[in-house]
Amino acid sequence: MNRKENNESQRLNFWEKLYLPEIAKGMGITFRQMFKPKFTRQYPEERWEPLGSYRGRPILVKEETGERCVACGLCSRVCPALAIEVQAAETEKIKERYPIKFEINMLRCIFCGFCEEVCPEEAIIMSKDYDMVFASHEEAILGKDRLEIPIAQLQDRLEYLREYK
Amino acid sequence: MEEIGWILLEALIKAIVIFTMILLAAATLVYIERKFSAFIQNRIGPNRAGPKGLLQPFADVLKLFMKEDIVPDAANKNLHRLAPIISLGVTVAVYAVIPLGNSFELAGRTIYMGIAPNVNIGILFILALTSVGVYGITLAGWSSNNKYSLLGGLRSSAQMISYELSMGLAILGVIMVSGSLNLNDIVVHQSGWMWNILLQPLGFIIFLVSAFAETNRTPFDLPEAEPELVGGYNTEYTGMKFGMFFLAEYGNMATSSALIATLYLGGWQLPVNPEWIGLQEGSVWLALAQLATIIIKILLLSCFFIWVRWTVPRFRYDQLMNLGWKVLLPLALLNVIATGVVMFLI
Repeated sequence: MNRKENNESQRLNFWEKLYLPEIAKGMGITFRQMFKPKFTRQYPEERWEPLGSYRGRPILVKEETGERCVACGLCSRVCPALAIEVQAAETEKIKERYPIKFEINMLRCIFCGFCEEVCPEEAIIMSKDYDMVFASHEEAILGKDRLEIPIAQLQDRLEYLREYK
Repeated sequence: MEEIGWILLEALIKAIVIFTMILLAAATLVYIERKFSAFIQNRIGPNRAGPKGLLQPFADVLKLFMKEDIVPDAANKNLHRLAPIISLGVTVAVYAVIPLGNSFELAGRTIYMGIAPNVNIGILFILALTSVGVYGITLAGWSSNNKYSLLGGLRSSAQMISYELSMGLAILGVIMVSGSLNLNDIVVHQSGWMWNILLQPLGFIIFLVSAFAETNRTPFDLPEAEPELVGGYNTEYTGMKFGMFFLAEYGNMATSSALIATLYLGGWQLPVNPEWIGLQEGSVWLALAQLATIIIKILLLSCFFIWVRWTVPRFRYDQLMNLGWKVLLPLALLNVIATGVVMFLI
């Protein structure tokens, strides 16, 4: 065996074994760190604006003419957390199906984005909304009223989807 | 009879002032520690409670007051209650003998800065009290009936006893140089920049390291090593009882700083000759200036404690014991012998 011993007493020289000069060096490093710039974001006042690729709260796209969703139920089907519930209904319009009830349980949602991926109408997409607070279980189940967002606010995500999806 | 009344009144006033000062110092140190650590880690630190987060320690204490006070079912209830009181009480009691300035004349009476700075066994008093301080932590660990707490308590007692020896021997060098156990005499002996750190550099380093071990600060904070012992001796403590340990830790830091300042860094001695700046020997203003001097020294040393904490990682238990018994103790003995030989020759 031609193996060198590599223990503490052989690795270190006399001054290093004394600890104190090394501690002084370390303290020099920490002292210098104190004057370096800070990167803390003062969160509630100073908010972060996510990019288009950000997967926040899933929402329904609402065009000027009405909602895009045709209540096919694919999102509900693909949702791994079983967070989405859709009930379809019919109208007299050309686009004859629409969801009479569309609920996303935000306590279950895992923000995977499968619903967005599977949606044939690009009707359910992920928004930039990242701070959701609910005071009760009932409040966390979002109905159509809170899910539908005008298309004008969602351009970033829609552009991103057109380019990469 | 009247004389005793005056003495008691004086002692009472001083005790109240000093007690308040210690609690304020602990609060200030909590704030300084949080800011200091934040700056070292490129953060900003507390800045919500009050301007620049200055009220943060009070918010912390208020929170601790509102918490439920839990005593574990299987704990030894009386000792569980007693332990934090011992810890905090000892911390405060040490200040009784620390001189915060020279004596001055007021209304025909000589008033000493400090509750009893002229006790002629001051250093023995401090050593005795810090030994009692071990009981606070050990009893806390034992009475909680929790294996982690017990381990923390055992470690702290082993650690404090090991380091008390080298600490005592380091102090012995100072006593030999100044020829007195009276802390005020030791400070007076250091007048004119003849600080003991110059006469006893080795003793100073030994005392400093031992002080870190005595106060359970990093790199020797094994009794509360979070990764291995959950919270150490204070795992089972909540509310203000935990708060008392918390305050005791910071109080201990201030105490150790005061001791280091008194024994090695000239205590309340002003950095310049007081007569140059027009302060007369024995006047009230000189005493206040000296008080300010020692407070500044205590604060700077406490900052040093905090700075070390955020720089040096924790020692392993066997390294700690090796350092205490195989390095510091022989060095302290050597220091005593060398001091003796030099004093014999001169």
